[in-house]
Amino acid sequence: MSLLKVNDLKVHFPIRGGFFQRVVDHVRAADGVSFEIQPGETYGLVGESGCGKTTTGRAVIGLNKVTSGEILFEGKDLAKLRGKEKRLHTRDIQMIFQDPYSSLNVRKRVLDIVAEPLRNFERLSPDEEKKRVQALIERVGLNPESIYRYPHQFSGGQRQRIGIARALTLNPKLIVADEPVSALDVSVQAQVLNFMQDIQKEFNLSYLFISHDLGVIQHLCDRIGIMYRGRLVEEGLADEIYSNPKHLYTKRLISAIPEMDPALRLEKTHLRQAIDDEYRTGYDNYFDKDGRIFDLKKISDTHSVALP
Amino acid sequence: MGNTVLEIENLRTSFSIKGKYYAAVDDVSLKIHENEVLAIVGESGCGKSALALSIIGLHDARVTKLEGQVNFKGQNLLNLSRARLNKIRGKDMGMIFQDPMTALNPLSTIGSQITEPMKYHLKLSQADMKKRTLELLRRVGIKNENRVYSQYPHELSGGMRQRVVIAVALACDPILLIADEPTTALDVTIQAQIMDLMKELQAQMKSGIVLITHDLGVVAEMADRVAVMYAGQIVELAGVNEMFKNPLHPYTRSLLSSIPSNMPDKGRLHVIQGIVPSLQNLDREGCRFAPRIPWIPQEDHEKDPVLHEVEPGHFVRCTCYKNFHLQTEESGVEKHVFTKS
Amino acid sequence: MLTFILRRILVMIPQLLLLSVIIFLLAKAMPGDALTGAFQGNPEANAEHMEELREKLGFNDPWYEQYGRWVTNFVQGDMGMSYVHKQKVTSLLGNRLSNTVLLSLTTMITIYLIAIPLGIIAGRWNNSWADKAIVTYNYFSIATPVFIFALIMLFIFGFYFSWFPTGRSVDITIQNGTWDYFVSKANHLVLPTLSGAIIGTAGTIQYLRNDIIDTKLKDFVKTARAKGVPEGRVYTRHILRNSLLPIAAFMGYEITLLISGSVFIESIFSYPGLGQLFIQSIQTRDFTVVSALVMISGAAVIIGTMLSDIILSIVDPRIRID
Repeated sequence: MSLLKVNDLKVHFPIRGGFFQRVVDHVRAADGVSFEIQPGETYGLVGESGCGKTTTGRAVIGLNKVTSGEILFEGKDLAKLRGKEKRLHTRDIQMIFQDPYSSLNVRKRVLDIVAEPLRNFERLSPDEEKKRVQALIERVGLNPESIYRYPHQFSGGQRQRIGIARALTLNPKLIVADEPVSALDVSVQAQVLNFMQDIQKEFNLSYLFISHDLGVIQHLCDRIGIMYRGRLVEEGLADEIYSNPKHLYTKRLISAIPEMDPALRLEKTHLRQAIDDEYRTGYDNYFDKDGRIFDLKKISDTHSVALP
Repeated sequence: MGNTVLEIENLRTSFSIKGKYYAAVDDVSLKIHENEVLAIVGESGCGKSALALSIIGLHDARVTKLEGQVNFKGQNLLNLSRARLNKIRGKDMGMIFQDPMTALNPLSTIGSQITEPMKYHLKLSQADMKKRTLELLRRVGIKNENRVYSQYPHELSGGMRQRVVIAVALACDPILLIADEPTTALDVTIQAQIMDLMKELQAQMKSGIVLITHDLGVVAEMADRVAVMYAGQIVELAGVNEMFKNPLHPYTRSLLSSIPSNMPDKGRLHVIQGIVPSLQNLDREGCRFAPRIPWIPQEDHEKDPVLHEVEPGHFVRCTCYKNFHLQTEESGVEKHVFTKS
Repeated sequence: MLTFILRRILVMIPQLLLLSVIIFLLAKAMPGDALTGAFQGNPEANAEHMEELREKLGFNDPWYEQYGRWVTNFVQGDMGMSYVHKQKVTSLLGNRLSNTVLLSLTTMITIYLIAIPLGIIAGRWNNSWADKAIVTYNYFSIATPVFIFALIMLFIFGFYFSWFPTGRSVDITIQNGTWDYFVSKANHLVLPTLSGAIIGTAGTIQYLRNDIIDTKLKDFVKTARAKGVPEGRVYTRHILRNSLLPIAAFMGYEITLLISGSVFIESIFSYPGLGQLFIQSIQTRDFTVVSALVMISGAAVIIGTMLSDIILSIVDPRIRID
């Protein structure tokens, strides 16, 4: 059984207008998104700003109201759970945020930041709590003595690791990571990415990794879903997507990755031009007559594309 | 290589922190030629942005001290009055900023923002300025230029706005463009479009471009020459092909090994030990990168590291590159990382 | 735009109705009624006669009947009779309303005349000695209660130097409509206006100063400098245009605040405006007048905020109302 199964998820936000401010239309931020994550797997959700990847991630963790569709965690629909069962499941899904500078409360000590989820769920004596937090802080590579410090006394990479420590306190099974390294310098980013891989093995975590950075996604993810205008246009193993993109939008996205070999830059420019031309001439092959993206169709066991 | 457009000599930009001055750009010398893209690459805090702002005089004069020379069109820009500098900025020297969402005045139309530098630098009639502006909009790839001319920034997408920012910089045909992270704030596909546009424009113009970036991918796609900066100094300077094929300085090599796209399989990325020292805590004696590669013996470093020309046009600071090897976090085994899949 | 105004007016109706219920009930809940006030200290008043009058005036009906009567009349423009002044509330308000609006307008203009240049100086040269002096003035003006400051002004310029009149809104011996009448009116305005304005600038100065300091660091200002725009123009064309926006937008609100906040100034300078009337009416339990005044200022605040929104949508292209 998959750990997380998202089934035809729709998140629509109303647009109001007219004299009485009635709902005149909806922004279809997520419009029929389906995917699964297996235990221990890293699933990458890629796309550009406004494609709905963050909305989808927030819906999974319960921060966005779901318009329709199901989010099944270990086979149970999160929307239908109540009371104790719901609490148990909210423990199992945690989130890491993008900006290590604004996602930590500046007025709280590291101890309080990391212990906060613990305090919501468990009754621990201050001593036990301190031990748990120190162990976690040590695990993320920071000095256990530093739990009495404040976020501003840490560098960006260290702060992001505090954010990860907070997400780990309750031993979650799934971590939704929304652009966790986008605000960091490359060398610091490397540190955080390595670390995320380490704890994944250690705690048998699954990641829903949301990012616009195709390099990071390729490095980290087992499977990838490409999102565009609120829908998935392609899904498959990382290798399949990068070496054999099928959907026009995926091709466009992949060709936009800067070429790391200066000798090949001209070819890359030509490739982009060719794809742009195809975009102009072949648009109708990839989108239906209303400009909507088709439903995903399997083209191999692992690879699906949104084609008619 | 064409004529020299800009020559920076021993530039030192220092910021005042609690009454003391600390150099963020520390004795940098560079030449930029016509028809050339010189990339200045480094991580945050390395001094690359301070360098860009010093060239065009946009630093905060109340807390900044500039020493050395920035020679442009036969004069040292550091000695010019603000009024004299204003005759050059926007005319012979244009600047492209990082974030197109904030680089344009929200209350002025696109047309008036592109026309503005022409009013101060060119003697043109209203009609000619409008004509020139519309032509510029077309050149930066905006198709419905007449409409965009009278629109406001918030009515345009990020990519369109960045095109407008470029048009502003090009308004008076500058011979030098300074681009400070021109694609960093953009989406991937838009970034590719803007890079291609800049390459295309550069091929048409003869101007030199100083490209400030932290993104080695952008460097690989756009630069002719690359200067790598660490802690206020240039640690390596080379042609772009040479830099990517044969990087020498420990910092350059470490940086390249920490990029995920150089490591597409799930191997571990290289992590540089320690953190970038702050301006006040920076040890300015000896090799500045030494504290971050502690496994390299002291005697490999120079006492007073200078740039050595190891190949024609390829400069490396300090001697520590000679016996340098990368070290992974746990194993300490050297790892080869420059192969691409 | 028209839809916006219409919708705002529609929303205003329930707001005003709610306000009117609250005001009516509060006025009723006050100890005493108009008769207690009117017959206070009158030796001939006897309880039986007063009770008879109360019955006749409908004071003993259930509150909702009284309220219904009051609101129906109010909507028809009849705000009732002042029991103290023995005349219609509308005619009582007429002159005073124009006096108060006049005083508020001159005060507001004076505030902007002082605050905008000072705010610009403080913001442009922040941390200079001029900025420090202006900030000190701000602290002083925030800390000084208006009634004390007004009394000091009245004492120094009204009584000690006798430069300006110390009461009323005009010299009543002068023929209305003549040039002298206009001069006298202006002369009577000077002290109350200055008293209100000099210590009313803090908000505007502080806001403008901080906004300029923020805007100075914005990227588009760097863009302007990189274009070679002369420093003076950078301020006028780029920084000030952006920083003055919120001030312009706040204008609609500010004027209504002044209209409803003129109680102290008008009382101290015996200036016959709404504020002064308000105090008198409360003292004499003249609750028809009190209710009418509160309703007017309530409506003024609601209209003021609407005005602010409209001004903002005109000056800022990013804001569109429909």
